[in-house]
Amino acid sequence: MARTITYQQAINEALAQEMERDPTVVLFGEDVSGGMGSPGEEDAWGGVLGVTKGLYPRFPDRVLDTPISESAYIGAAAGAAAAGLRPVAELMFVDFLGVCFDQIFNQAAKFRYMFGGNARTPIVIRTMWGAGIRAASQHSQALHPIFTHIPGLKVVAPSTPYDAKGLLIQAIRDDDPVIFLEHKVLYGTEGEVPEEQYTIPFGEANFVREGDDVTIVALGRMALVAQQAAAELDGEGISCEIIDPRTTSPLDLDSILESVASTGHLIVVDEANPRCGFAADIVAQVAQAAFGDLKAAPRMVTPPHSPVPFSPVLEDAYVPSPDQIAAAVREVSGAARARPA
Amino acid sequence: MSGEILKLGMPKWGLSMTEGHLLAWLVDEGTEVAVGDEVADVETDKLNGSVESPVAGVLRRRVASPGDLIPVGGLLAVVADPDVADADIDAFVAEFQASFVPGESEEDAGPAPENVRVPAGTLRYLRQGEAGEPVVLLHGFGGDLNNWLFVAPALAADHVVYALELPGHGGSSKDVGAGDLESLVNAVQQFLDALELERVHLVGHSLGGLVAASLALRSPGRARSLTLVASAGLGEEINGEYLDRFISAGSRRELKPALELLFADSGQVTRQLVDDVLKYKRIDGVDAALRSIADQIFGGGQQHVLIGDRLAELEIPVLVVWGAEDRILPAEHARRVPESADVHVLDGSGHSPHMEASGDVNRLMQLTLESKEISS
Repeated sequence: MARTITYQQAINEALAQEMERDPTVVLFGEDVSGGMGSPGEEDAWGGVLGVTKGLYPRFPDRVLDTPISESAYIGAAAGAAAAGLRPVAELMFVDFLGVCFDQIFNQAAKFRYMFGGNARTPIVIRTMWGAGIRAASQHSQALHPIFTHIPGLKVVAPSTPYDAKGLLIQAIRDDDPVIFLEHKVLYGTEGEVPEEQYTIPFGEANFVREGDDVTIVALGRMALVAQQAAAELDGEGISCEIIDPRTTSPLDLDSILESVASTGHLIVVDEANPRCGFAADIVAQVAQAAFGDLKAAPRMVTPPHSPVPFSPVLEDAYVPSPDQIAAAVREVSGAARARPA
Repeated sequence: MSGEILKLGMPKWGLSMTEGHLLAWLVDEGTEVAVGDEVADVETDKLNGSVESPVAGVLRRRVASPGDLIPVGGLLAVVADPDVADADIDAFVAEFQASFVPGESEEDAGPAPENVRVPAGTLRYLRQGEAGEPVVLLHGFGGDLNNWLFVAPALAADHVVYALELPGHGGSSKDVGAGDLESLVNAVQQFLDALELERVHLVGHSLGGLVAASLALRSPGRARSLTLVASAGLGEEINGEYLDRFISAGSRRELKPALELLFADSGQVTRQLVDDVLKYKRIDGVDAALRSIADQIFGGGQQHVLIGDRLAELEIPVLVVWGAEDRILPAEHARRVPESADVHVLDGSGHSPHMEASGDVNRLMQLTLESKEISS
């Protein structure tokens, strides 16, 4: 049907098509165009993993290399957004957003609210997240709960190439600051993506898989890991419904509640730390809104409350696995108790 | 006859189908089946349908059981003459199962849609069938070529079938120009010209029926026959609320109840179907295209072009099929055609009889496609 491209190509295509459509879309980032004093086009890296490759030659005036000073260029992008441009700022690893929290939390996220709704800040901050590539504690984190916690920010974490393109176009056209989280392990994954531009509204969850027995909520890479678990459980006669919220802010709680109302069981899988995290938030909201629908206590499947380890063995053990998810599903659905020891 | 053993396999309905759940058998072992007889009910991600036998003979062995998940091309049943020995059938089944690789069969590969550039823009279509008179299928408002997934393969046995996507729809250009009836008819005519299809059987559902009829009236020489399925253009009434809800729906929760109006059995509307329509509606330009077509042709929740009386001008076979439980266009519109037309109102079907009662619709269409032109 539609052609098949990778997650990385889908992001690149969304940027190229929106830059073509709207001359106010500009790209800021480190190594996006080759850097100061570089030979230009032939040295244009397109960012550390080449996601924006090919955009500098097409839009040389709108792909801007920045110094290694995140606080400076994220602040500049927020200002440019307030002044009428639609900047897309690429900030290599989500871990580095820590150095520009003031620009994000106190400036970009607050403009609309503090100016009585009269200010707009259409900035997109694209960044890589997640464990799985042996990049150690400072380049592997899952920090979406921190951004979700701040009113005024929209937080997006696509799990498929189709979602990546449609959500990024939506993010660029959105008038509020958007944190756009690209899972680095997913860049090479393939899927059907229309060639035309399209938008996926924020706050509309995707039913990845329909099922009757247990609802699994999972985001980003975890949506794929959950599918592996669900396939395994299918063979045991346990039918899982998987919901990918796609955006953590706004959150499509209604779809989760709709699913829990039919299954009565909830598992939330998340790659972020367990304390004050996204999984805890979903469990709390479902417990508060639909306690009567639950036939068993909900379960969270997350990493331990620890930094991401550098040791490959430990990193693999740290990230939630299909086996851990399957075990949690068996436990909440009662299958573990029903099975002979 | 012969000792031939024939396979009855899982059909491929639509481009993305890879497997189907067998829900129930409709015939017992030992039943004589004809080509086109419904033999089993199957459920896919997208919808439920009935498998029609592609072969004739005695259904000797039901290989699959209700509840089984069978890949496209996988074995459902075996058809053979009564004098074929059970042992031979056992051997046939064993050999098939040992050598069958899902995804490698011809049925699974399926045809791919193609594009053609015409003055109205790029038009996408799916061509099926090797030989025979050409048939052009036109979907309804907001539809696409997949709406014909139960119809096109059946007709393709004896015809070359083109499921065309109107401007603003499916994979065709989203620029619909004025969005009026004439621009849609022009696009279809340009399609026929581009593919050098001189005379075709025109088949249209709903809005596509109005387009097909208008084309036949404008260029009488180009239509061999006209089939109107729950067609627009035969009465003023239309469910304007459906149009508004379909156009404005931006989420699954808004769209699903609207799509349910298209079927007598709302269970036909699976999440996958809703997702597919949402994916289409999210594409840039679709919203504007749907709004201008609706404004031009169904503005104010009323049909503005009525062609029922004019159908008498046509000297070709005209088939009119409707679902008795149509909630978009009243079934009584089926009677507002000249007496020469062959009219069938099907019980238990809604606005989409070509999806809900495809077996009946296919049989009626095959008769129409084979019938000789009415001599004047």
